[in-house]
Amino acid sequence: MGDKEFIKISNVSKNFDEVTAVDNVSVNIAKGEFFSLLGPSGCGKTTLLRILAGFEYPSKGFVSIDNSDVTDIPANLRPTNMVFQNYAIFPHINVKRNIEFGLRKEKISSEEMNQRVNDALKMVKLEGYENRFSNQLSGGQRQRIALARALVKRPKVLLLDEPLGALDKKLREEMQIELRNLQRSVGITFVFVTHDQEEAMTMSDRVAVMNQGKILQVSPPKELYDFPENLFVGDFIGDINLLESQISSINGKKVKVLINALGEYELDSHTVITQNDNVVTGIRPKSISISSNETNQSDIQVKGKITNTSFYGNLTYVYVSVEGIEKPLMLSTAESLQGLSVNSDCYLTISLKDIRIIKKN
Amino acid sequence: MKKFLRKLFSKHENVRAYALLSPALILVILAMASPLLLMLVTSFHTQVSMMEIDSTLTLDRYADFFSKPVYPTLLFRSIKISFLVTLVTLLTTYPLAYYIAFYVKKNKMLWIVLMTLPFWTSYLLRVFSWRVILGHKGVINSALMFSGAIDEPLSFLIYSQTAVVLTLAHAWAAFAILPLYVSLDKIDKSLLEASYDLGCSKFQTFWRVTFPLSLPGVIGAILIIFIPTVGDYVTPQLVGGTDGRMLSNMIQSLFGRANNFPLGAASAVMMLLSVSFVALIVTYITKKVSLRMS
Repeated sequence: MGDKEFIKISNVSKNFDEVTAVDNVSVNIAKGEFFSLLGPSGCGKTTLLRILAGFEYPSKGFVSIDNSDVTDIPANLRPTNMVFQNYAIFPHINVKRNIEFGLRKEKISSEEMNQRVNDALKMVKLEGYENRFSNQLSGGQRQRIALARALVKRPKVLLLDEPLGALDKKLREEMQIELRNLQRSVGITFVFVTHDQEEAMTMSDRVAVMNQGKILQVSPPKELYDFPENLFVGDFIGDINLLESQISSINGKKVKVLINALGEYELDSHTVITQNDNVVTGIRPKSISISSNETNQSDIQVKGKITNTSFYGNLTYVYVSVEGIEKPLMLSTAESLQGLSVNSDCYLTISLKDIRIIKKN
Repeated sequence: MKKFLRKLFSKHENVRAYALLSPALILVILAMASPLLLMLVTSFHTQVSMMEIDSTLTLDRYADFFSKPVYPTLLFRSIKISFLVTLVTLLTTYPLAYYIAFYVKKNKMLWIVLMTLPFWTSYLLRVFSWRVILGHKGVINSALMFSGAIDEPLSFLIYSQTAVVLTLAHAWAAFAILPLYVSLDKIDKSLLEASYDLGCSKFQTFWRVTFPLSLPGVIGAILIIFIPTVGDYVTPQLVGGTDGRMLSNMIQSLFGRANNFPLGAASAVMMLLSVSFVALIVTYITKKVSLRMS
C-alpha cells in the first residue's frame, strides 16, 4: 500500500482570514506518478501545492510523504523540490552556482558535486551554459535551469507550479513532451499544477480537477473526458453539449432519463445517482454525426439546421440548431461536409452509449 | 530658423538629449566643475602674505601637507570616523529597512515617512540635541550619576570621537534607509522561497540570497554616507572637542583665520582623492565578499 499512498493528503483545509482556499481535501498520490492539479485560477490548486512544499501549513488535516508525517516540517527540511511559476533563478549567481545552490547543503565532495551538476545540465540539454546569468537566458532555458536545480537535489517529489505558463505555444508543446519523458526516465513523483486542461490531459497519469477549494474528480485523463462525474468537470474538460434532463426512474445501473427535446431513454450510469439528483445529459461533439438524409440505423436521430461551421484543419466544427434546444449543438467531424453548408437542413445521429448522465453538483 | 531647429531636433537624437540635459549641465559646470578646477589651480600657488598669492605653479603645498604630521593624521582620522559612521549607520538602518520591506504589509510609505520625520528639523538643531543628551550635565550622565552607577560624568561621551560618530550616524540615517529599503523591497519573494525549498534556513537564505541582492542599496548607502561625512566640519566643531577634530576643521581654518588658501586647497584635494580611493575600495570589497558568501 505504501507505494499507492506515497503522498497522502488527509482532510486538508487552509483558510486565509475569511477565505477558504482549500476545503477538506483528501487524495493519495502513488510513487512515480505524474499527477496534475487542474482548475481555474483561484480554485486552490496552488495553495495545495504550497502546502505540499511546506510554504503554507494546513489549517486542518495532515500531509505525509513516503510514510512520514510532514505536516509541520518546514520547506527546507522536506524531501520535495519546486519549480516556480516565474522560475525564481537567482539573478546574482551564474547557472552553475544556481544548480549547486541546494547541493552546498549536502556533505558531498566537490567532484561529486561537479558530476551531479554536469549530469543535471546534460539532462535538460544545456551543457555549456554554466557561466551564463539568468538575464542571458530565454524563458525556455530558465525553465530548464529551474528544473535542473530542483532535480539535482534528487527529491522524492517534484512540485511544478504552472511551469509552462509563460512559454509560447510551440515551445510549451515541446516542453510538455520533454517533461513527460524526463519524468519517466527519472521516475520521480511529479505533482503538476496547471489551469490548462489540454496540458494536464496530455502529460498526466491522473488528473485532479479542483474548483472552489475542493477536488471534484480524480481520474486518468481519458476517463475524465469520457466519464465526467459532475457538471463542472464535464464543462471544464473539453467541449460538451449539455441538455437539461430529468430522472424518471432508476433500476440499478440503468437510469431512465427524460432529455429535453430528445425524449425519454434508458442509459447506463457510471456514477452513483439517486432519484433526487439534479442532472443534465452531456454529449461530446465527436459523438454526434451529421448527414444530409435520414438513416434508421441509430438510436437517436434529430433534424436540425446548420447555423455555423468553423474549420480547424484536421477537424471541422459544425453548429446545428435543433428545435426545442436553446444552444445550437456542437459536433466535430473529420470528414468533408458533402454538400452541407450554413442554413442547410441536416440530420444528427447519436448513439445511446455516448450519452452521459452528469450530476449538477 | 524655426524650420531649421525643428529639423535639427527631430533628426538628431543626441541634440535632443543635450538640449534636455543643458539646464543641469550648465549648473554643474558653473557650480561644481569650475570651483573644483579653481581649487585645484589654487593648490599649486603660494601664499606670500596676508593679501598676496604668488601664482607660480609649485608642488610645495603638497610637500607641506605631508611634511607636517598633523595633516596626514587628521586626514586619517577623518576617514576613520567616517568609516565608523558608515558602519554604525548601516548596522542600525539595515534591520529597519528589512523590517519595512518584508514584514510591513500595509502603509509602507507611512513607515518610511515616519522614519525620516526627525530629519525634517534642522541639522544644527539635531547636533545640539545630541549635546543635551551626551553633555557632562546631559541626560545620560545625569541619569547615571543620579542612579549611583558613576561618581563623576563619563568624559568620553562628549567632545570625543565617539560623540562625532554617534551624532553623524544619527544625522545620516534617513539617507541610508531609503536606498536600503528600495533594494530590499525589489527582491522577488519567490527567490527566498526557492532558497528555503533548496534546503537553506532563514539565516542561510539571508546571507546567500537577500543580502547579495540588496548590495546595490548597501553600496549606495555607503557612498551616500561616507563621502559627505568625511568633509563634515559642523559636527566635530560642536561635539568633537580636540580629540574629535577632523581635517575639514583644519581646512576651514586655513581658509579663515590661518589664511593659507593654497595649503587649504591642497588639503581639500588630498581629501577628495583619498575619499574617492577609499569609496572605490569599499565598494569593490563589499561586492567580492558578498559573491563569495552566496
